[in-house]
Amino acid sequence: MGRVKLERKYAVWGWLFVAPASLMIFILSFFPMIQAFILSLQSGRGNNLRFAGMRNYLRLLEDEQFRAAVCNVFTYLIIQVPIMLILALILATILNEQTLKLKGLFRTLVFLPCVAGLVSAATIFKSIFSIDGLVNIMLLKLHIITSPVSFLSDPVWAKAVIIIVITWRWTGYNTIFYLAGFQTIETSIYEAARIDGANAAQQFFKITMPLLRPVILLTTIMSTNGTLQIFDEVRTITGTSGGPGNATLTISQYIYNLSFLYSPQFGYAAAASYTILFMVAVLSFIQMKIGDKE
Amino acid sequence: MNNAMKKVRPAVAFMYAFLTLIALVSAFPFVWMALASTNKSVDIVRGRFFFGLNLLENWSALFSAYPMASSFLNSLRNAVVGTIVSLFVCSLAGYGFQVYRDKAKDRLMAVLLLSMMVPFASVMIPLFRMFSQAKLLNTTLGIILPSVSTAFLIFFFRQNSAGFPMEIVQAARVDGLSEFGIYLRIYVPVMAATFAAAAIIQFMGVWNNYLWPLIILLKKEAQTLPIMLVSITSGYTTDYGILMLAVTISTLPTVILFFTQQRRFVSGILGSVK
Repeated sequence: MGRVKLERKYAVWGWLFVAPASLMIFILSFFPMIQAFILSLQSGRGNNLRFAGMRNYLRLLEDEQFRAAVCNVFTYLIIQVPIMLILALILATILNEQTLKLKGLFRTLVFLPCVAGLVSAATIFKSIFSIDGLVNIMLLKLHIITSPVSFLSDPVWAKAVIIIVITWRWTGYNTIFYLAGFQTIETSIYEAARIDGANAAQQFFKITMPLLRPVILLTTIMSTNGTLQIFDEVRTITGTSGGPGNATLTISQYIYNLSFLYSPQFGYAAAASYTILFMVAVLSFIQMKIGDKE
Repeated sequence: MNNAMKKVRPAVAFMYAFLTLIALVSAFPFVWMALASTNKSVDIVRGRFFFGLNLLENWSALFSAYPMASSFLNSLRNAVVGTIVSLFVCSLAGYGFQVYRDKAKDRLMAVLLLSMMVPFASVMIPLFRMFSQAKLLNTTLGIILPSVSTAFLIFFFRQNSAGFPMEIVQAARVDGLSEFGIYLRIYVPVMAATFAAAAIIQFMGVWNNYLWPLIILLKKEAQTLPIMLVSITSGYTTDYGILMLAVTISTLPTVILFFTQQRRFVSGILGSVK
């Protein structure tokens, strides 16, 4: 066989190798995205759908459940993501300390929560915070409260429990990324800074933070995307109803309820689902702009 | 020197105290879950925090009152089949993108990476309609299909293939090995560590997946562990001993994988971030 013929044969094989995976992503991810958009312009129950233009989107603006869901998700986002990422950054800084003893053990324990399934983690915390759960038992024994608190049916506490679960489950996960980020920083930079008289805080803000910027950006975008779509933990802890007075309802949960719990309104649910896509895109764009500033 | 040591000590003590606290908080739910699974529900709500003698009773109650055995087997089958198929499809693509690299394929890879930004919530309704038309509801294939090919895994394999020497490919071609033969006989064994890391992440992903199975598994016989866990807690009264045994059984495989394969688990999570 001639050289050109051989090259052509290899090229065909190359495309054959990448084809199945690529086709699947197009069929199972990009194509449904277009379908969801078309669906969002239709309204009706079940499979009886009619073109409705922008009516679904306008209806969303006045939908109180949807508004509650958006508010809840942003509450989770604004409170939980910063707490978790700062905690992970501190943990990674400590775990990266060269003089730290029992480093392997500490790392293992810090990473451990990220092997728990979201439903398993939420189930454990739901039990611990239930009306006859461990937290109430402890508080009663310590005489901090006189009667058990029903954490899961209180609008503020229910949100707090959900934030606790997410933080418990994902802090170690983000620590893994920061620790990997530290591996790319040469220790000699810190030595030089120390010789120049920089204290620990200065080293952290002047060296660590700028050099970790790409990793911090990545974890921020991942956490934001995850939180905007949050479903498993909330449904496990406060059930299908969305908690006391919709206090914990999330956008994903509302989409699920609209499509699969009540009599299905696929078009309306698709419109709600497109708002998540929109928010993910906008927030990622803003974060990238801020992250790339310098 | 002495002065400096004295100054450092409180900071170091604080560092260890903080780390110990976090480590305890991380481990506590697992310990509580394991202890509770051996106790009677009445003792658990009294705050008992030791091993009990009720494990066997919880076990038989769990397996007789709930479809525990079938849920476990369903989860296991989905996770094993899902992992094998996914590893094959994604590694083949990652290999193709790296070894047969050209401008067009790089561009395709960039487009595929965009799919990582697509929230699952915004495709789940069309996917459900597509799958119900294709009669894939309640099937293993239906469960695994959306997560078989992910840009994350393809990219993971592509980046890790960068260290795979082209000389081997050329030598194998001279020896008369087919293109697929090179992938199967040389690439797969050489990249065993990458495959192991990807397998752990994919297995855990399918094993713990909740939303998609919840949508497409309408039959009780097909339900998976996370779905069953939620159904145990949604009753009016919960037997904590039985519930925590079910959670322990659901968590054990991933915990064992983590303790035996921690390094691979970490490299799998990081994917191609370096």
